[in-house]
Amino acid sequence: MKLDPRSRQRLLSVLSVLALFLLWELICRLFNVSDLVLPKPSQIFKVLFERLPALMPHATQTLFTTVVGFGLGVLAGVLIGVMIGSSKLAYDVAYPLLVGFNSIPKVAVVPIFVVWFGAGTVPAILTAMTISMFPVVVNVATGLATTEPELEDVLRALGASKTDILWNVGLPRTMPYLFASLKIAISLAFVGSVLSETVAANRGIGNVMMIASGNFDVPLVFAGLFILAFLGVALYAIFSFIEHKVTGWAQRKTDFSIA
Amino acid sequence: MTAFIELDNVSLRYPGGDVLALASTDMKIGQGDFVAVVGPSGCGKSTILKLVAGLIPATTGNVMVDRHEVRGPSKGVGMAFQNPTMLPWLSVRDNVMLPLKIVPPFRQEYGSKKKTEFADRAEALLKQVGLAGFGDKRPWQLSGGMLQRASLCRALIHEPRLLLLDEPFGALDQFTREELWSIMQSLWLDKKPTVILVTHDLREACYLGTRIYMMSARPGRILDIRDVDFARPRTLAMTFTPEFTAIVQHLRMQIADSRGVALEAA
Repeated sequence: MKLDPRSRQRLLSVLSVLALFLLWELICRLFNVSDLVLPKPSQIFKVLFERLPALMPHATQTLFTTVVGFGLGVLAGVLIGVMIGSSKLAYDVAYPLLVGFNSIPKVAVVPIFVVWFGAGTVPAILTAMTISMFPVVVNVATGLATTEPELEDVLRALGASKTDILWNVGLPRTMPYLFASLKIAISLAFVGSVLSETVAANRGIGNVMMIASGNFDVPLVFAGLFILAFLGVALYAIFSFIEHKVTGWAQRKTDFSIA
Repeated sequence: MTAFIELDNVSLRYPGGDVLALASTDMKIGQGDFVAVVGPSGCGKSTILKLVAGLIPATTGNVMVDRHEVRGPSKGVGMAFQNPTMLPWLSVRDNVMLPLKIVPPFRQEYGSKKKTEFADRAEALLKQVGLAGFGDKRPWQLSGGMLQRASLCRALIHEPRLLLLDEPFGALDQFTREELWSIMQSLWLDKKPTVILVTHDLREACYLGTRIYMMSARPGRILDIRDVDFARPRTLAMTFTPEFTAIVQHLRMQIADSRGVALEAA
């Protein structure tokens, strides 16, 4: 059977996932691993399908807090990134502050959010936002700060304002940096929301997993993990796709070259 | 004749540095002149361009362009550098049209004319430099020489009265460079903008320049001014005549002399 390289690569990816589950299943059966330690994939999928109706609202809740938190984080990240990326002074002043802020383990921030806003949706959104903001800030600021000085001279000699330069050069050339950071940020946003749900919430996959582990319902804990992995991969794929559409110019295609 | 560009006792010390980049310099450039500034590296040639464009303020003295003192970045001045700095996310044509997005009165009409009149104008200019049919390509699909042609188009699309060129042919091979000299000459003869060309290629300066300013090594100052009166359009064959070679040789000796003096003094 002949396949083009692209389909072959996809087929291999799918096969590797299946192989992983198969190996896992085999090890569990061969060594008779207890359900309480590591449930078999077959069992996890069974639980997943049986309890899907009950799990769905929690999955939606987690997806909602993650996406909203991520959206706010990206918005704030782009604004702060543009601010500190377009001025040397702002860059030098704000950078230590940001690094310090980012060094705080986000799990330590959740109780503060809970005190301010009560348990539930708001702290989850805010945690997702604060955790996903940093990579966006850094990448946007870097993209802007590394604009070629000669190009800036060309534009300034034409009488371009700072906004002109930002719109025509700064922001477009920052796009590949921004999208690279979005893929990291969306995964981090999940960390934030699930973290907050495990600490202080009565809904969401994090909360379900917390309760299930309390009840020693390990297959359900793993079912929760599978849902998170699925959501994470789906969102990552969406942003990869948009990235490809928006910043195709940054991925040079040598086969089009004429020189 | 009142000068279009006038430098009166201009010097420049970059902030934070003790090195004088440009010692007190006087220059008078008439409208429509093609001036070449030659000298060794680090003689403040590029500094002169930045001062004229208002990108940096002079430490002492006055820079006047079109009878107005230069106090901030100029408006509508065309510039081209050794590095073509094309924007990789735009087609070559859109890159060439970039100044039209910024310089009035074009910028007000950019939205309505970018697909019609402005695009035709860019195509016409690209054709003039031998890039007909390359408007839809992306910059990375072009060779260095082609990018440099596009960069010249970008500097000229809005028909600037002043064109500042900082070693635009410096990174090209000999053949491409000589071809671009002739293209540059015809572009200049076409619209007659005032041009200041910074270069360290003496033949290039003599081929293109109507007047040549010789600069010494740091701190940069003007050693000599030389008018080149060969008829236009000049040809490559002309650069091998004894008269032409004599001028090049004369300039070369002067630079060598000034360096010798500088070395002895040090």
